[in-house]
Amino acid sequence: MTDATSIREAVERRLAKRYRAEARFRSFGIAAICFAIAVLLLLLGSIGYQSISAFTVNELSLPVTLERERVDPRGDGSPESLRAGSYNGILQDALREQFPSVTERAQLRELFALYTPLNAARLLNEVAENPGLVGQTIYFDMPISDHADLYLQGRITDSVRAEQSVAASPSGVSGEVSIRTDEPAFASLMAAAQNDLTERAEALERRASRYRNRAEGMDAGSAAERLISDAATAEAQAEVLRASAASALEETSLSSDLQSRLVEINGGVVKVETISQGGRVATGRALLPLVSADAANSWTIRTIEVPETERRFSDAQIVWTDALADAGLVTERFNTYLFTNADSREPELAGVQGALIGSILTMFVTMLLAVPIGVFTAIYLEEFAPKNKLTDLIEVNINNLAAVPSIVFGLLGLAVFINFFGLPRSAPLVGGMVLALMTLPTVIISSRAALKAVPPSIREAALGVGASRTQTVFHHVLPLALPGILTGSIIGLAQALGETAPLLMIGMVAFIADAPSLAPGGLTEPATVMPVQIYLWSDGAERAFEARTAAAIIVLLALMIAFNALAVFLRRRFEKRW
Amino acid sequence: MTEKIQTVYHANQPANPKVALDGVDVFYGPKQAVFGVTMGIPDRSVTAFIGPSGCGKSTVLRTINRMNDTIDIARVTGSVKIDGEEVNAKDVDPVILRARVGMVFQKPNPFPKSIYDNIAYGPRIHGLASSKSELDDIVETSLKKAGLWNEVSDRLDQPGTGLSGGQQQRLVIARAIAVSPEVILMDEPCSALDPIATAKIEELIDELRENYCIIIVTHSMAQAARVSQHTAFFHLGDLVEYGGTEEIFTNPHDQRTQDYITGRFG
Repeated sequence: MTDATSIREAVERRLAKRYRAEARFRSFGIAAICFAIAVLLLLLGSIGYQSISAFTVNELSLPVTLERERVDPRGDGSPESLRAGSYNGILQDALREQFPSVTERAQLRELFALYTPLNAARLLNEVAENPGLVGQTIYFDMPISDHADLYLQGRITDSVRAEQSVAASPSGVSGEVSIRTDEPAFASLMAAAQNDLTERAEALERRASRYRNRAEGMDAGSAAERLISDAATAEAQAEVLRASAASALEETSLSSDLQSRLVEINGGVVKVETISQGGRVATGRALLPLVSADAANSWTIRTIEVPETERRFSDAQIVWTDALADAGLVTERFNTYLFTNADSREPELAGVQGALIGSILTMFVTMLLAVPIGVFTAIYLEEFAPKNKLTDLIEVNINNLAAVPSIVFGLLGLAVFINFFGLPRSAPLVGGMVLALMTLPTVIISSRAALKAVPPSIREAALGVGASRTQTVFHHVLPLALPGILTGSIIGLAQALGETAPLLMIGMVAFIADAPSLAPGGLTEPATVMPVQIYLWSDGAERAFEARTAAAIIVLLALMIAFNALAVFLRRRFEKRW
Repeated sequence: MTEKIQTVYHANQPANPKVALDGVDVFYGPKQAVFGVTMGIPDRSVTAFIGPSGCGKSTVLRTINRMNDTIDIARVTGSVKIDGEEVNAKDVDPVILRARVGMVFQKPNPFPKSIYDNIAYGPRIHGLASSKSELDDIVETSLKKAGLWNEVSDRLDQPGTGLSGGQQQRLVIARAIAVSPEVILMDEPCSALDPIATAKIEELIDELRENYCIIIVTHSMAQAARVSQHTAFFHLGDLVEYGGTEEIFTNPHDQRTQDYITGRFG
């Protein structure tokens, strides 16, 4: 009796421990999965968030007049004549028409930067396709420049508008305009500028004293001297800032490294450059001409939060873009350029179509080579080859090849396919061949595993009724192994689809502005593929390429998911139970 | 290596054996699994191979339709003749041989196809039927012979793998019959079945005896006694004793046979 109870107690003690261990293991598992999901969501979320702006585009729709003498200089309507037309001039004029007050050369340059001249080629194409348009006035749609697009999406700067109800009278309607108010309406701007200047002076002084301290701790020498001279420069700058801060409440000049202030009055916009008379008078240039010089009781001071020097989109461009948007000439819509255009230097015109076609062609070649060769190799090795030293050696080598870094295959492709066989560089044909080499071991290994998983009883059954070995394999073993083979092959292809390194070696990293054709001839045209396009864009100088990079990643991920869904579908479709 | 033991042959050995084995040795790699088996197996009767696990009875069975060819390391020497024709001869195609010698395995192994296609597969690859109706006839006759027709005639397009274990095994027998073999080899055909299914198979074997030479490997002494006319006892790769089933079971000459039959080992 006591024995039985003590055994029971011992078991119960251990049992509690065992359950604790189980609970611990389970909670670790759940924690690991939660962590993985969180990281995945974070990743997808950040890519998704970054890509949003690339999926929409703000399109500028301008009325352009296609005067015959400018579009068709020879007057015969021939393609050569059309190509000689000055389409960029037409676009420039169309934009100038919207802002007749802009006449200075520098300002015009800023105005014309609202679109990329590459659109002239698109206009030419449209005219060449429809010669009947010559002589007409049409609305021509083009993506607004990437900076304007980012601005319209609120990604360049925030701005705040402060309604004013003090009477203000402008001195004129265009050019240099000063706005006079009875009360110091601009005093707060002066205080803000003073604050800003003081803060910056303090920061400079702090830096100067840091330099001096460091110089003191050092032995006298050129390094210490340099620090001391840097400190002196900073102090001098701080002194200048302090001086302008001291007089800021009396008269302030808003330099371009301070927040920009725009006065919106009488339908025009004046950029404030100086404030004087204790905040009663603001003077500046009219970026948009005023309708009248009458005194107004209701006007607005608009603050652009990011100083002009810290952005690549000027105050004037902000005002013009807003004016175009207010005139209903800018519409936001789904960015089809992303899918119908190939790569471009201008982010607003850049698309993934070229890379997508390149990827399709490359994958086509890879599939055509890797899947049949791989599957038949696997069948031979698994079902027919004698088991001896030679086949063992082959097996070991195939397994090793699967672990070879992919860039090595790229080098191989460069040395063998391009240098030795003289195939063209940058071509999907060569890319596909290189990726096929890389994919083959994966296909062979997974196909062999699938063949091995077919129960031997099926082979015996077939052989038992007198099927030959080949009949046994092709009538019975292969159909049963097919789901596994397909899954392995598609996963191998999906890997190849995401591969970059070997393609860099064979020159598929080029800037390709024309998508290769989907016809067989496209196989030897220069092309690039999706992952390389992502790599190229991630390096792009323009900020809008950031969003394009994320968008391209999403397109590639969608392609991968489609591939894997196909694998799952095929698996379900062909799976048989026995 | 131990000296080859002398096989005890009972009287009334078949004068005109369907299958004749003479000095058959089988090697798996360097290891010898079967030692000089010599025996004659009569036509239109059931011959049972009995013996403890690993005694080589299945291996001997598989020499008759050269299934050992499919094992890379297996090597067979000696002579196996069917109707006086050497099966190991170079000019004998194992495919043709296996059409003449059907085989049923331990685990029912229907193809993952319809019942109809399971039966029709053999005739199709051997070109035994010239028309669809002829093929239908073969399927029907084979299923009838295997006693399965009444159970499956209305669902020939259903997968063969959906049948019960006993039905599957009879389907597999029907598949073997469909190519009109002369010899049917059965490797423990009932070991995966329940007693009722076993009884049905045994009944079937008894019927098939009328037309075929049947060789059955079994672990069940009772089954051997029930279905076979001849019994061969194997032990450690040797054929120890061979003769009429009744004689072997009632009057075993060798001590090991007696021990095995009475259940003292094995």
